[in-house]
Amino acid sequence: MRAGHAGVLPEDRADVLLHSYDGGGVTIQGPSLLVRKQFAQKFSVSANHYVDKVNSASIDVVTTASPYEEERTQQSVGLDYLHDRWMMNIGFVNSEENDYTADTFSFGISQDIFGDLTTVSLGYSLGNDTVGRRGDANFSEETERQHYRLGVSQILTKNLMLGFSFETITDEGFLNNPYRQVRYLDPTTPQGYSYEREVYPRTRSSDAGALRLRYYLPYRAAVHAEYRQYGDTWAIEADTFEIGYTHPIELGWTFEGRFRSYSQNKADFYADLFPRSGYQNFMARDKELSTFTSQTIRLGASYDIVRGGWKFVERGTVNVILDHMLFDYEDFRDLRVTGVPPGSEPFYSFDANVLQVFVSFWF
Amino acid sequence: MATRSSPFVRAFVLAAAAFFISGCSVEPWVKPYERDHLADPIMSFDRDPVSSSYTGHVYEAREGARGATGGAGGGCGCN
Repeated sequence: MRAGHAGVLPEDRADVLLHSYDGGGVTIQGPSLLVRKQFAQKFSVSANHYVDKVNSASIDVVTTASPYEEERTQQSVGLDYLHDRWMMNIGFVNSEENDYTADTFSFGISQDIFGDLTTVSLGYSLGNDTVGRRGDANFSEETERQHYRLGVSQILTKNLMLGFSFETITDEGFLNNPYRQVRYLDPTTPQGYSYEREVYPRTRSSDAGALRLRYYLPYRAAVHAEYRQYGDTWAIEADTFEIGYTHPIELGWTFEGRFRSYSQNKADFYADLFPRSGYQNFMARDKELSTFTSQTIRLGASYDIVRGGWKFVERGTVNVILDHMLFDYEDFRDLRVTGVPPGSEPFYSFDANVLQVFVSFWF
Repeated sequence: MATRSSPFVRAFVLAAAAFFISGCSVEPWVKPYERDHLADPIMSFDRDPVSSSYTGHVYEAREGARGATGGAGGGCGCN
């Protein structure tokens, strides 16, 4: 959902962000640069350059492969066109890794209605991915992804905003990770189990619906609450809850706190340990498809650095956001623990710290 | 696995509904001059798109659920 109204072009601004993820044996760092500028009074163009530098010694990697480094670079451009109370946008995103290429085209339209109390938006994206496998020049697979989005932003009272969004995503093609493996009972090995490649269905369709409320308190501060429900044809169901509080104080500071809770059940072809090799047509041991919960606590601070403007810059902020995340798996076991019967290892859990530092300028 | 209606059909119905209601006009119960609180940046659903887009990517790469995140979104390549 785009912020603000369909009848107003987004503000001109530039953001430079450095991000860092550290958790579960994985570190991912990189920059994200985003620039947006209006022209000819009816258009706004945006461009984003984003990098993930990955160093992975994750639980999957240390138990079935070797630690690796890789880099993902993503470029995107977008164009918004404003006509009366209508806003149209088109966009293109390209993401490149040494073993994965993804191109996505998107189109969207939004309009203010009911005396500008309501903004309705519709969107469609078409993505084409090419999946490779390092060390296997003959391996090449394709995936097609389509997104259908509906968003409604509604002014309820002079202090209360409601947002609703619904998104259907359909995938067709090669959907598993070409490196990840499942494990199965194998009494012929010392540890009692062996590994073989995952096999996923070649289609997936999902629906997600989310409701958001944002309320302006009697003093200058805001609270927000959000609930999202998710379901897909792999039998994964998930719920996400979030609450947050934003509090500006004098001297240009704004502080924010958030709590987010997520839970999902497993895909119907997921198992931590299959009874034997080739036990069923589709087999996965991806912890993102298992039953688990995660919680995130966020603390953020923002400081206005160009109050009153400077040359062509109208305002600027420096921002720091820290998320602390906890993941608790309910049927994904920690195979670093050995010397116990297969299937009796402790369940895996980990925590992660995610840091964002960014500066923003409006001009 | 549940039976699902075609996404094309669903998208068409959503589009038709949106265009139908756009033809209606109502008297706004919150007047334009009463919207100063709502216009405050702290009331924005997506105050810093560069940050919300990154946060969405962090979750999408580690969770089974996807979509309806409300942020700027974008391609992923995070399989």
